[in-house]
This record gives sequence, C-alpha cells and structure tokens, in this order.
Amino acid sequence: MSAASTTPHSVSLAPSVIAARRRIPVAWAAYGLLAPSAVFLLAFTYWPVVQVLFGSLTVKGFRGEAHWGFGNFARLFADPHFAHAVRNNLVYAAGTIVPSLVLALGFAVGLSETTRLSSALRAAIAMPMLIPLVAAASLFVFIFLPNAGLLDHYLAYVGLAETNWLGDPSMALGSIVAITVWKNTGYYMLFFLAGLAGIPGDLLDAAKIDGANAIQRFVRITLPLLGPTFSFVLIIALLNVLTQVDHVIVMTQGGPSDATSMLLFYIYQQAHQNYDVGLASAATVVSVGFLFALSVVSLRSLERGIHHEV
Amino acid sequence: MRSSRVWPLLLTATALLWAIPFAWMAVASMRPGGAGAADIASLLPAGPFGLDNFRDAWTSGRFPLWYFNTVLLCGGLLAVQCVTVSLAGYAFARMRFPGRNTLFYAFLLQLMLVPPILIVPNLTTLVALHLYDTLAGVAAPYCASAFGVFLMRQTFRTLPAAYEEAALVDGASRLQIIVHVLLPLARPGLTAFAIVSVTSHWNEFLWPLMATSSPSTQVLTVGLASFTAGAEAGSEWGVIAAGTFFVAAPLLIAFVAFQRQFVSSFTFSGIK
Repeated sequence: MSAASTTPHSVSLAPSVIAARRRIPVAWAAYGLLAPSAVFLLAFTYWPVVQVLFGSLTVKGFRGEAHWGFGNFARLFADPHFAHAVRNNLVYAAGTIVPSLVLALGFAVGLSETTRLSSALRAAIAMPMLIPLVAAASLFVFIFLPNAGLLDHYLAYVGLAETNWLGDPSMALGSIVAITVWKNTGYYMLFFLAGLAGIPGDLLDAAKIDGANAIQRFVRITLPLLGPTFSFVLIIALLNVLTQVDHVIVMTQGGPSDATSMLLFYIYQQAHQNYDVGLASAATVVSVGFLFALSVVSLRSLERGIHHEV
Repeated sequence: MRSSRVWPLLLTATALLWAIPFAWMAVASMRPGGAGAADIASLLPAGPFGLDNFRDAWTSGRFPLWYFNTVLLCGGLLAVQCVTVSLAGYAFARMRFPGRNTLFYAFLLQLMLVPPILIVPNLTTLVALHLYDTLAGVAAPYCASAFGVFLMRQTFRTLPAAYEEAALVDGASRLQIIVHVLLPLARPGLTAFAIVSVTSHWNEFLWPLMATSSPSTQVLTVGLASFTAGAEAGSEWGVIAAGTFFVAAPLLIAFVAFQRQFVSSFTFSGIK
C-alpha cells in the first residue's frame, strides 16, 4: 500500500546544513518554536489529565476534610446511572458506527463518478456535517414531534400510528442514533471517496479483462485497498461517539429514565447539575482511559490516515 | 440488466432522504402562519411565502450579538492558532533536536484527549486564570492544535529547502524565513486548516456552554439552544426553522460556493 508509506521518521532534508550556520543551537531554537503550542497543551491537555487523576482520588469527608482513596471510583461503579450511561454509550457506538460506515461506503462507491447529479447528491449528503449538532437537534425536535411532527405526519400516510420518538424509553436512544447517523455519514463518505480515488484504475481494468465481475472486483480489490481508510474512519467515529453529546443535552437531558444518557453526558450532569466534582473526575478518568487506550492502538494509523492523501 | 437501473434510483432516493431536514427547514421557515399552522409538517412548497419567521426569530433571539461573538471567537482563535501551528509545524518539519519524535507523539495526543472530555478540570483552570465567562476562555484550550501542527508539518515538508538556504545565506533569521518565505508558500495548508478550524468552532456547543454563563458571552450554538427551547414551548416551528437557518447558513453557503476546497480540507488532501 504505497499510499501510506510515508513514516514520520523519513525527513530527508538537510537540517544539519541549516543548523551549522546558526548561532543559537538548533535544539534551543526548535524548543522556542514549540513553546507557544506547548504552553497551551500543558495547561489544557496534560495538566487537566493530572488534575483529574488527583481529583478522582481525593475523597471529601463529611466535615469537609479530604483524604486519598478510591471512594469516588467505588461510588461511580456502584452508581446505576453510570452503568446506564456506559451501556447506552456502547449501544450508541454500535448503532451509529455500523450503519454510518456502511452507508458512507455505499454512497462513496455509488457516487464516485463525477456527474452533475452525483456531485449534487454528494453535496446533499455532506451538508449535515457542516451544521452544528445543536442545529441538527433543533430540526429533529420537530421531525420527531409526536403526531404533528414530520415523521409521524408522513408515517400516517402508510397507516403507522403516532410514536413518542424522544419520550418513549425504548425509542429515544434509537432517535438519537438516527440524528448522529444523518449528521456523520457524509463526513465519513468524504474519506471513502478520497480512498476510492486513490485506487489505481488500471488495477480494476485488469481484473475486468480477467473476467472478474463488479462484485468480485469490489470484494477482492476495492475493499482490501480501502483498509487504511476504514481504520482511520473507525477511529474518528469512536472519538465522535465519546465526545459528542450536544443533541442529548438539548433534546433529552439523558432521559427518559436514563435511556439516552452517555458517558460524557454523565460527566456533564455530575459537574454542571450535581456539582459532584469527585464523581465527575472519576468518570472523566474512565473516559480518558478509553481514549488513551484508543490512542496507543491507533495514533500510528491515525497519523497515516491523516495524510493518506499526501 | 434491471439492477443497473434499480441501484442509481435507490441511491438517489436515499440521498434525497438525507436532504429532507434541510428541505423542511427551508419550507417551514418561509411559510407564515405562526404557531400551530396545520400544514407545518408538509414538505410541499405551497405558498403563500413570507419572511415573517425570519423577522420574528431575529427579534426574539439575540442573533447580532451571537454572530458577533461567534465571529470574534473563530477569528481570534484562528489568528492565534496560525502562529502556534506554523511555528511548531516548522520545527517538526525542518529541525532536528533531542526528543523530537516523543514530543511529536505527545502533541498528537491532543487529537484524542479533546477538550470536551476534559471540561471538569479545564473549568477549574479557567476560573483560576480569571478567564471563566470570557470568549478568550472559550478559545484557550484550542490555541494549540495538534491537527494544525500536523497539517503544517506536512505542508512545510513539501516545500523545497532551497528557498530557506538562500534566505539563510542572505542572513535572515529563522522567524523571518518562516514568516516571509515559507508561510506565503504554505498558503494551501493554512487555508485547509482555517476551514477545518472555523467549521469546528462555529459548530461547537458543549465547551462554550460550560465556559460561559452570562448572556453577553453566548455564541450562536448556545444561543440557538436556549432560543429553540423557548420557541418549542410555544410550538413556533417556523421560527425555530428560521433561527436554525441563521446559525447554519453561513457555513452551508460557504460549502456550496467552495465545495472542492472544503472537501479537500476535510480529507486533508489540500496539502498536496
């Protein structure tokens, strides 16, 4: 897979030539150039991780005195609301990632040739990614409105009775999933389109001459060559599942009866509504742990994916 | 070959399904009739049309303020980011120093440990820095951008080293070289970064919601959420559609006008 062959270690310019002429040692100059970014990363990425670790291990006693311990984690793992949030988040992950990746790939394959129609359709599918999630929520509040709303209005024509899409605990998470799929599929489609454009046409032509039909060409050539794109999109999708709960906040507030609560929503709730910093910190540590594990597994492939087009 | 006709049809139908929320937004926002109009769910663009909903939305929300705050936030943040990512991108692309790879991965970690996850500790930091409830505070966690550093590193790597060497011979400093020689050549990379940065911060909700409290520091997304909650109580769906249009329109219009540039920025291919 030649497209992903650039590694971060392959700088072949001649910095030593440049460095030799400098009065300031090159290392100090480099650290100086990194400093502005590093200050902000220290304050808002590394320090918060340390802070939240300490915060999660600080247990407040009844008389306001604090001591070290795992009390916050014990409370967290005993909290049924937290268990709900984690379970919902897993369902939400599977429910959004599988359909949006399948649809994104389908759209990309179907719309990869540029005609006036296909570029209009591509734009239509990509447009949701450009609006805020809260704007999508504002539109879907009406779409999901029981009885008078858009969905029930048109479903009535095929004889389906009204549904309380956001108010029924068995439907609410599905409705939130639907918004997310609508919002993100176009974004993932763009990556698949870019990946498809990177597949050499003569490879597919040769297979065609050898008698491979469209399905064989897709399964044997296109899909394997899209492997790096798949892993890249999967990582982005996992990240979205953990970090985007705007629609939950404005549409359902995690309800009804915890049906749409998710990890980040739980953190938001503990911090913003219950002012329970210990519990919020412990839950943050859990999601930072998830993301850290994801980074260890995927930073290399993420980095390759970022410039799979370069 | 019947299937060769069915697939394009199915594809077109699904893609049109995708456009329905926008179609409803367009039709409902222009259909006067106030609260509880009977045909509010209809997608058929039947007249009469009017701009009453837009006027109502504009006067009942604080859209001029929200626009001003959002533009100020996105613009100011982008200006700071351009400095931080260009300098760091240059260092990682062109200089050799101890710990370079380790530092690079430490920077990339921000791609994963995104600020929304760290709202709890970052709020404490904002309060300590007296930045709570200011737009500067909303921008602060994003002033360093791992994505931007990566993008600029890739961009600088594609530029020939000969330019810099010539400038060095002429006695230019490294900063002068970055600003006067490399950045003009790196404009495609900066443009791609600008599009991605402005889009993501125009659309962000949770962090600005948490980091501000007074109405005067609200951005469009935070404003829209409270605006929608208010109008929802009165079933003013046409007004909600108009308000949503105000928030979404600038980026949608930019996207339609510069589709190629947007697409290549989002797929990181604008840096060839």
